[in-house]
Amino acid sequence: MTDASVDQLVERFRSGNRAALSRILSHVENDKPAGLRALAALYRETGNAYVVGVTGPPGAGKSTLTNALIRAYRARGTTVGVLAVDPSSSLTGGATLGDRIRMLENFDDDGVYIRSMATRGEMGGLSTAVGAATHLLDAFGFDVIVIETVGVGQDEVDIAELADSTLLLQVPGLGDSIQTIKAGVLEIADILVVNKRDISGADDLVRDLRNMLRLGERRTWTPPIIETLALKGENISGLIGAIEKHAEHLSETGELSQRRERRARQEVLRLARRWLSSRLADILDEPDVSAMLQSLVCREIDPTRVAAEVARRAAREQARAN
Amino acid sequence: MLDVETRTTPIRVLIAKPGLDGHDRGAKVMARALRDAGMEVIYTGLFQTPEMIARAAIDEDVDVIGLSILSGAHLALFPKIFAQLRAAGLDDVLVVAGGTIPSEDVDPLKALGVAAVFGPGTPMETAVRFIREHAPLRGGE
Repeated sequence: MTDASVDQLVERFRSGNRAALSRILSHVENDKPAGLRALAALYRETGNAYVVGVTGPPGAGKSTLTNALIRAYRARGTTVGVLAVDPSSSLTGGATLGDRIRMLENFDDDGVYIRSMATRGEMGGLSTAVGAATHLLDAFGFDVIVIETVGVGQDEVDIAELADSTLLLQVPGLGDSIQTIKAGVLEIADILVVNKRDISGADDLVRDLRNMLRLGERRTWTPPIIETLALKGENISGLIGAIEKHAEHLSETGELSQRRERRARQEVLRLARRWLSSRLADILDEPDVSAMLQSLVCREIDPTRVAAEVARRAAREQARAN
Repeated sequence: MLDVETRTTPIRVLIAKPGLDGHDRGAKVMARALRDAGMEVIYTGLFQTPEMIARAAIDEDVDVIGLSILSGAHLALFPKIFAQLRAAGLDDVLVVAGGTIPSEDVDPLKALGVAAVFGPGTPMETAVRFIREHAPLRGGE
C-alpha cells in the first residue's frame, strides 16, 4: 500500500467513514505498516474518550451488560465504541467471536460501533492491538469506549492498564467467601457489578464482597457494589451513575492524569519489548551467534555470555539506527 | 485464484442467517469448521436483516460473508443484502451461501455476486478450501 493511499484512508476516517475506521483497525490488528502510519497520523486526535473496561468470568454477562450500557448511553446521546475480545485457539489460531450477537439491537445507529477482536495468542485477557484500537475509536470521536475482555479466571488484569474505569462482573455460585479475598482481578476493580441479581446466592455474594472491602485498608476510592440484571436492563442507570462518580473521583484527585501517564508508560514499554523481542530472535539466527549457541550446547560457554552478546548487538544496531 | 501462501493474517468471516427460519445448526457447524481451520469467525446468528448483515460486515471488516438460509427466501433477500453491501462500498467481500437452495436458483445467485453455493451434503473441507483460496487479501504492506 502506498503512503498516498494510506493518507487517503486517513482522510476518509477523518470525514467519519466507518469502513475506513474498520480497515485501518484491521491494518493495525495485523501489524501492517499502513496501520502504523495511520495511527501515527491520528494519534494527536485522541485523548477525548472515556474508557470503560468490562471484565469477569465466562458467562457472567459481560456482552449483555455491554449491550445494556450501549442502550443507556445512547438514550443520553452519548456515542459508544465497543471492542469485544474473545479467545483465539492455541491449537489452530482460529476463533469464534460471539459477543456481537448480544449487541445487535443498535445495528442501525451510527453512534454505535462494535468490533470483535481475537486474542491472537496474547495472554492477560486482551489482544495486543486493543490499545491501538482504543486510540482509533477515540480519534474517530466516540465519547465512551467499552472494552470487553475475554472471560477471565483470576489473574487477567491487563484491562486495568487501558481503562479509566474497570467494571468487574461477578455472578452468584462461583465459590465461597475465600474467593473474594484472593489477589488478582478483584484488586483491579473500580466498580464491582453483581450481575444476575435474580438468581439465588446474589445476596451472599454481595455480603462477601462487602466484607472483603471492609477487610482491606481504606483507600481514597472504595469500589461500589452495583447489583444488576443486565438481560432486563435492570439498574443500568445505577451502574452508569457509579461510573460517572468514579470519573469525577479520578479527575478531582488527579488520579486520571496519573493513570494516563502510567498507561502511556506501559504502552511504550510493551511496544518496545515487542520490537526488541522480535529483533532478539532475529539476532539469534545470525551465523556467528548460531555458532555461539552451538558452543553453549556443548557446554563450552555459558548462557549469560551469549545473552550479553545478543543484547550488545541489539544495542549497537539501535545506536546505528539513530 | 490468490496465492494461499502469501496470507499472513487470519481470514475473518461473518456467519449470518438472513430471514426468518430458525434452523441454525448448519451455520454453527460451519462456524466451528472455519474456526478449526484457523479463521476468525464472527457469529451473529438468527434473524438477520440485510441492514444488520451489512453493518456487521463493515464494522468487523470481514473478508468473507457466509449466509445460511433454509427458508427458501434467498431470491428475495440476497438482492437486498448485495444492495446494502454495495451502498456501503463493500465490493471486494467474498460472499458464499449455504442451506437449502434449489439448483435452479444457483445461477441467479451467482449472477448477483454469490461466489459459491454450498448445498446440503457439501463436505466441510470443500467449503473451507474454497474460502481459503478465494478470500481477498487486504494488503497494508
